[in-house]
Parts: sequence; structure tokens; C-alpha cells
Amino acid sequence: MPVVMDADRIGRTLTRIAHEIVERNRGVDDVALVGVRTRGVPLARRIARSLREITGQDVPTGALDITLYRDDLMRQSVGPQPVVRRTEIPFSIDDKTILLVDDVLYTGRTTRAALDALIDYGRPRGIQLIVLVDRGHRELPIKADYVGKNLPTSLEESVQVYLQESDGRDEVVLQPAPGGAA
Amino acid sequence: MSAPARTPDQRRTDAAPAVTALRRKDLLGIADLSTEEIALILDTAEAMREIGDRPIKKVPALRGKTVVNLFFEPSTRTRTSFEIAEKRLSADTLNIAVATSSVVKGETLADTALNLEAMRPDMIVLRHSSSGACHLLSRICRSAIINAGDGMHEHPTQALLDAFTIREHKKRLAGLKVAIVGDLLHSRVLRSNIHLLTKMGSDVWVCGPPTLIPADIARFGVRATSHVDEAVAGADVIMLLRVQLERMEGAFFPSLREYFSVFGMTEARLRLAKPDVMIMHPGPMNRGVEIASEVADGPYSVILEQVANGVAVRMAVLYLLAGGVEHEAAA
Repeated sequence: MPVVMDADRIGRTLTRIAHEIVERNRGVDDVALVGVRTRGVPLARRIARSLREITGQDVPTGALDITLYRDDLMRQSVGPQPVVRRTEIPFSIDDKTILLVDDVLYTGRTTRAALDALIDYGRPRGIQLIVLVDRGHRELPIKADYVGKNLPTSLEESVQVYLQESDGRDEVVLQPAPGGAA
Repeated sequence: MSAPARTPDQRRTDAAPAVTALRRKDLLGIADLSTEEIALILDTAEAMREIGDRPIKKVPALRGKTVVNLFFEPSTRTRTSFEIAEKRLSADTLNIAVATSSVVKGETLADTALNLEAMRPDMIVLRHSSSGACHLLSRICRSAIINAGDGMHEHPTQALLDAFTIREHKKRLAGLKVAIVGDLLHSRVLRSNIHLLTKMGSDVWVCGPPTLIPADIARFGVRATSHVDEAVAGADVIMLLRVQLERMEGAFFPSLREYFSVFGMTEARLRLAKPDVMIMHPGPMNRGVEIASEVADGPYSVILEQVANGVAVRMAVLYLLAGGVEHEAAA
């Protein structure tokens, strides 16, 4: 069970991303963070903390649930309806630069759903995508603006992100194919 | 080896509720639901409510699904509430209102349903004056059936929205004293609420004229009384039921005026309840019969919140049933 990122590495990566955000946006005026449920939310909060340490400014942070925007909701193979959670965006996204945060970028379908959901809340000036891990295999023309780690994977493998807030530890694990000989 | 097996979708594993699906085709009544299923519906409604506050009050979840609202009894609130819920989830909706007098129980309803089925809707929301009409449709239809009130039997979405409203204010249902006052005999709202509240651990009191108390009511785990002061004393929630004159064929009490003086909820009676009592009414209200206007419009009244919450609760039910039960094998 190879651990591809440990707690230190995740911490340093998020700090580096925070610096990149400040550089690219020339500060954090009119910038807001929106984490995609579930694990994008604690990641967004951690980046907000780093941004405050760097700039002394508080960046508004929200949580987005994309369940109702999924493209696989009514497909038989998915199983019972996924649980819907609350979206909490307690600020106007109009004319702001929104930093969308997710743990793993894979097919791009979650990001597509998140973009649709976000745009129902208003008209941001721009949306930038932050992911902790980009594991490849895109099915849609979507690209991240800030990547914690590029991780080449096979389709059979799966990438699990564990975070202190939800799982009690910080770790990114590459799991081999279930039952596979590899 | 060391890491536990996880579902392929990481998003679902975080603090997942006890149950994550309604493993049923239809919502016919509260009696069939487990406490976990009730909690799932209320939690889902919590998430749905936020959609009503957005600038664009619509999500694509039920895109391409067709929902028929088949109403054999007059209804404004429930039908509108379902229709708004369906539209907010992007379903295609169709309203069919049938005058109650022309409908003969059984055959005609079945025929109507089979004709509708031939057009392949995904869900049918049914309101009917006969108890058990939804069960009949459930047996003959492939579509999901949602009970929007059947005769004197159940009105599950009303009880769910009542519970949602109570939980929002009191943060719990267990241990609350809930007094339900009014026409107990004819009320499907009462039956659904009794099932729901007793399952969730509330202390339920029911109160009405002796002629309007069903003989076997104690069987459902509630306390019945005809003394309104006893029911209201120390209550956390007072739920008033409409005096259903249209369902009364005989004389159940001398006059509406006398009903109001003995059972009507007035400010004076309210003082017997807890200081933070909630006043609820499923509507439509008969002002000056079961409830005084000062109480209906007063600070304890959550009657309009109930209506607002109804949309979120119905969205939750529609969403949770839309997946169907075929998934059971796959999951």
C-alpha cells in the first residue's frame, strides 16, 4: 500500500500552493475559496489559513455539494442515490476569483459538476482549480491551475486521500487494483 | 491489508448516515418507514432547503424524469408544494385534477392509473379521498407512487415536514411533549404524525371531542384526552387539526362556536404550555374554530414555516425515490 504523500509533504504542498495563489493573483483581494465536498472542504480551510499567514488577509471560504449536479445520478450502475449534503457559500461569488478546491482530479466529471453548481450561485470573474493530486485519465477537457502532486496511475488503481479532519490522519495512498496480481 | 476497503467514490464515506437510501419504490405512509429512513429524509431536506435561497432555484438532479401530480381531491398547498419541489429538481411535471364526485373507488382509479402508466411517467404523486388508494396504485404501477394524502389513512409528507420544522426549532424530536388537538377521527395528518413522532420518541398527546376520538387510538402509543388543558400543559409543540366539516356526515359536536370555546386554541390556553411552545397547523385553517386569529398570527406560530419547509421535504422524497429499487442488486 504505497503512501505517496505523508503529513509533512501534504502540509508543505498546501503552503506552496498558497504562495502560488498570491503570486498569480497579485494578492488575495476579491479571491474566495470553495471546497468540493467532502475532502475539498478541509483542504480549502487549510489553504485559507496559509493565505492568512502569508498576506494577513482573511479569504472567504465556502463548501460546495455537487451531488445534485452529477451526470451519473440516474444511471443504474451507480446504486442508491448518493447522500446530499449542504452547500454553504456565505458570500456573493459575483465578480470574485473563485478558487475551487478538490482532493483528486481524475475524470474531470466532478469538476464539471462543480463548475455548473458554482455558476448557479452567480457570475464569478474567474474560476481557478486547485487539486491535491492529479492522477490523470481525464474524460473531459479540464485542467487544474494548481496541482499538489502529479501522480501517474493506471485505471485499475485508486487514489485515497485521508485528512486529519475526516479520517484522523494526513496521507495520500495509491491502492493497487482490487484483487489484482500487481 | 492495512487500509480498510473503501467504496470507489471517496465522497460518500465521510460521516455517512446510518442509511443512505430509501430501499423502496414508493412512499405510501410513515408506518412503513424505519427511524433511519425518516432521519435520512429529514437530513436530505436540510440540504435541499438551501436551494430555495439561491438566485437560481433549480438543480439538474431529476432532469428527464416525468412526474404526474394526480389529485382527486382539492388541494392548493400540497399540490403547489409538490409542483415547486419537482420544478426545483428539474423534473417535467404534469398536473391532473379530477373532481372527486365522478370517481368510483377501485376500477376507475386503476384505469386512470394504467392509462397514465402507458405514457411512462417515472413518478405519480397521488391525492385521493379513499384510504388505501395509493396502495392499490403501488401494486399495479411500475412508477414510484408518492402518497399526497389518501382518505383518512396517511399524509406522509405532511408529517415529515412537521417533524422537520420541529427538529429545526427544538434540535430533537425525542422527549418532546407534542399535543395534537382537533378532529382526530378524520385526520390522515394525525395518523402520519402519530407514526412518525412515536417512532422518533416524542411524548404524543391527542385531544378532541369524545365523538372525534378513534376508539382504538391508545394502541398507537399516544395518550388521548378530551380535556384540552391537560393536553396542552407543559407542551413543547401544539399541533392543531382542521375540523373537517366536509368529511362529517353526522353531528359530532353541537356547534362550531361551542367547539371553539371548548377546544379552540386561544392565548389564554397557550399560557399552560412551555414558554417556547410552537404552534403548528397543517392548513387550511378555520380561524375562530380550532385556532384563534391572535394565535395563528402570533409569535409562537410556525405555520408559514411549515409551508416553506414542505417544499424542501418533498424535494428530498422525490430525490430519494427517483433512483428506484432496481439498484438493490447492484449495491
